Amino acid sequence: MHDYATLSASAITEGLKNKNFSAVEICRAAISAARDTGQKLNAFISIAEEKAIKQAEAIDRKLAAGKTPGRLAGVPVALKDNICYTDYPTTCGSHILENFVPPYDATCVKKLLEADAVVIGKTNMDEFGMGSSSENSYFGPVKNPIGGQLVPGGSSGGSAGAVAAGIVPVAFGSDTGGSIRQPAAFCGVYGLKPTYGAVSRYGLVAFASSMDQIGPFARNARDVALAYSAVCGKDDCDTTSKDFDQPDFDGLLDTDRKFRIGLPKEYFQEGLDSEVAAKVENAADVLRKAGHEILNISLPRTPLAIATYYIIANAEASSNLARYDGVKFGLREADDILAVMYSKTRSAGFGTEVKRRIMLGTYVLSAGYYEAYYHKAQQVRELIKDDFANAFKIVDLLLAPTTPTPPFKIGEKIDDPLAMYLSDIFTVPANLAGIPALSIPIGTTSDGRPVGGQFMAPAFGELSLFQIAGWFERTS
Amino acid sequence: MTDKNNSGEYESVIGLEVHAQLRTKTKIFCGCKVGYGAPPNTLTCPVCLGLPGALPVLNKKAVECAILMILAVGGEVQERSVFARKNYFYPDLPKGYQISQYDQPLGLGGCVGLEASDAHKAKAIRLKRIHLEEDAGKLLHSESGESFSRVDLNRCGVPLIEIVTEPEVLKPAEARRCMTRVRQILQYLDVSDADMEKGQLRCDANVSVRPVGASEFGVRTEVKNLNSFRFLEKALAFEIDRQTKLLKSGGMIEQCTMLWNEDRQTVEPMRTKEESEDYRYFPEPDLVALIVNDAWLKEMQAGLPELPDERKRRFIGQYHIHEADAGVLTDSRELGDYYEKVMCDFDDGKLAANWTLTELLRVLHEEKTGVASLRVKPPMLADLLGQIKSGRISGKIAKVVFGEMLKTGRPAAEIIEHKGLTQITDISKLRKVIEEVLAENDKNLRRYLSGRTGVFDYFVGQVMRKTKGMANPEAARKLLQEKLDELSS
Repeated sequence: MHDYATLSASAITEGLKNKNFSAVEICRAAISAARDTGQKLNAFISIAEEKAIKQAEAIDRKLAAGKTPGRLAGVPVALKDNICYTDYPTTCGSHILENFVPPYDATCVKKLLEADAVVIGKTNMDEFGMGSSSENSYFGPVKNPIGGQLVPGGSSGGSAGAVAAGIVPVAFGSDTGGSIRQPAAFCGVYGLKPTYGAVSRYGLVAFASSMDQIGPFARNARDVALAYSAVCGKDDCDTTSKDFDQPDFDGLLDTDRKFRIGLPKEYFQEGLDSEVAAKVENAADVLRKAGHEILNISLPRTPLAIATYYIIANAEASSNLARYDGVKFGLREADDILAVMYSKTRSAGFGTEVKRRIMLGTYVLSAGYYEAYYHKAQQVRELIKDDFANAFKIVDLLLAPTTPTPPFKIGEKIDDPLAMYLSDIFTVPANLAGIPALSIPIGTTSDGRPVGGQFMAPAFGELSLFQIAGWFERTS
Repeated sequence: MTDKNNSGEYESVIGLEVHAQLRTKTKIFCGCKVGYGAPPNTLTCPVCLGLPGALPVLNKKAVECAILMILAVGGEVQERSVFARKNYFYPDLPKGYQISQYDQPLGLGGCVGLEASDAHKAKAIRLKRIHLEEDAGKLLHSESGESFSRVDLNRCGVPLIEIVTEPEVLKPAEARRCMTRVRQILQYLDVSDADMEKGQLRCDANVSVRPVGASEFGVRTEVKNLNSFRFLEKALAFEIDRQTKLLKSGGMIEQCTMLWNEDRQTVEPMRTKEESEDYRYFPEPDLVALIVNDAWLKEMQAGLPELPDERKRRFIGQYHIHEADAGVLTDSRELGDYYEKVMCDFDDGKLAANWTLTELLRVLHEEKTGVASLRVKPPMLADLLGQIKSGRISGKIAKVVFGEMLKTGRPAAEIIEHKGLTQITDISKLRKVIEEVLAENDKNLRRYLSGRTGVFDYFVGQVMRKTKGMANPEAARKLLQEKLDELSS
């Protein structure tokens, strides 16, 4: 059974075509791993066994009937538990949604099912995507599969861990300020934050609507491209999704194309762990030797990004989370007085970090503070976008560390929110600018902890990200 | 503020916020049907229920309705407008925020014109803005003593436009006329049914008073729940009176929100300024900016239907009717439509106007019904009027026939035929009746012949009576005159 753990998504679709195994066999192996390894890591909140087996059986019938299977035929996938999937709870890692079963599938889920992927379960996460360690879950913290009581990163820690541990070859998360890339880096896998508007947000429970994007985790560049291509595209249900030319990545990944790659100096200053810095510089060397051009450039507004991000994200979150009021769905702590019912329900239903952010977000939108905080943050956001626009006049891609440090220990930063917020320092700029960024494993520290490097590209430049990741895979 | 005049007179300044439900098939941000009176929570989906993960998609038809209204009042449609979230907690608001427009609304400026009448001067009430937003659901409070309320979200997400007037020196009656005018325009544009009883047209007002001649505004209060034309006027009068008395007695107005209490016929404080909500408006990140380009705007302009004033002028010119009649005929779009449809099959504008304004309006009033539900359709009325015009029946008989048509829905000709109501135009028949009448009224005949010609009409009446109203009055008069002239000579 354990053999399946190393299979890539493309190997599974290939193996199914060649009848090396059945979709049901793959599915059962993944579910069994989710129950066993997954439970040890606390990576899953629910396992969709019954539905998954039915999906796998349908794919096997399709293959037996000689029909053309979808591009993810038989590939077991896991979904972060903030992506709506019918028949199972979508909890967002929160007590307040513990029993919420959505009556509809997210658009990306529909697309995955059309592509014949098999959804095996919903993964654990920081409550409502708020956190960088997957410790802020009502369902308990997720553990990094590499061991050592390390955090897997967050907020999509369950999805990153499930891929790193070989439970599934592909999982989906969401990235608002680094929630895919940071856990990908901490777990030593690939994680893509797509261009804002590339993947429909319909059915993704909102944290910060102007930055949230669904994206895939995988163990190699090809699988990331495959998974992304299955879910991206304009959706009439999400007016912020965009029409764009979507190339057939498959034939374009092994390219001779040489890139001009910028190293933004603001990402290599104090606060950056020396081992992480060394690994990124090494990655730049590898690419230089492979014929790519490496340039030092500047994104001068980078130091403003973290403050800007936490103002905008929390403002949007304070409004997005207003609907959890005990009236129609989710938890209700009853009381005869309406205001007291609201207060009791939200006090009991939300965790500390979520409450902190709702309060911060409410504050920055309040009369008398809006101009100084929210409005100013929107202006700075434009400047940060300009930084990237200027950089991409000179270079094709940017390379930077994904995180300032390697994975830290569970409990290490949980009582220090500012230190925790700073672990997003290199990931939030891409969310503010709406550009795509891909974190890839670029080595390990001396004590064996994974290090991630992220490539950033202009909007809808995902192909370049997959190509450079492919280059690095082949040459390192 | 200083009292510059010594008269001690106060004037009221009123600003209206009018909400009108748009007449679209589906809601503003989802595909759910818009319906009145459906079982609770049956017209809902993940979007209008505010379920986690659902996203709004703007209904183009709602935007077009709003554009028509902005154009009709001479406002400026903004090329770029932005939706915003108005954040507050209430059980009828499932998302915890209402999607509205705030600092960048779809329409700016324009005005609502009030026509001069016997009692009023003409006046134009300037508009600040017109914007799009979604309606909230409804709370159904228990009537049987349950300790909880129920929530119906069918109305949630029904498209609304909010029309905001500038604060103007107005009397309550003028505010009422402004609302009437807004309703008329909405109905003409066919963008809203604007039925206040169904909550399709609602109004809040900002009210302040100041000494006549003062240039600054007084402290204002907001009066909510003015949901009928009658309440609007009463509540405003009440609040103006309250403020005036308070100021005159040396008191101060406190900025607050008042609620009209229908049962007690008073306005009552709802919340003070300190308790007022901070709505924390910010741009709605789930919707892209609304862009109305030139081509779209031109298309909308071209599709702008005829408005009441234009139609009135046209009716006067085209159908040769009096201004006052044209005014009443164009008051409501449906009555004007009815009249025009009658005129498709008929050619005497005045006769048709008389009938529409007397018989038709009387029936509508008595039966408290709308034009649409009348059994007598315009071609049927045109046919009846044609029968009068051709002399086949008299106007009096026509009223009888009309009554029958309303009851049975049968065409005029059939009723006339069936009941034998055709006018007597047969000269020999009429002559015979005239001779009988004169023979039976010897006294009056002698009076006539002695020069008291005033009894002529009495003879006509007798002829009509004898024929049970079926004599053609004109023919009868003519023949009677001939006979009398013959006798006189």
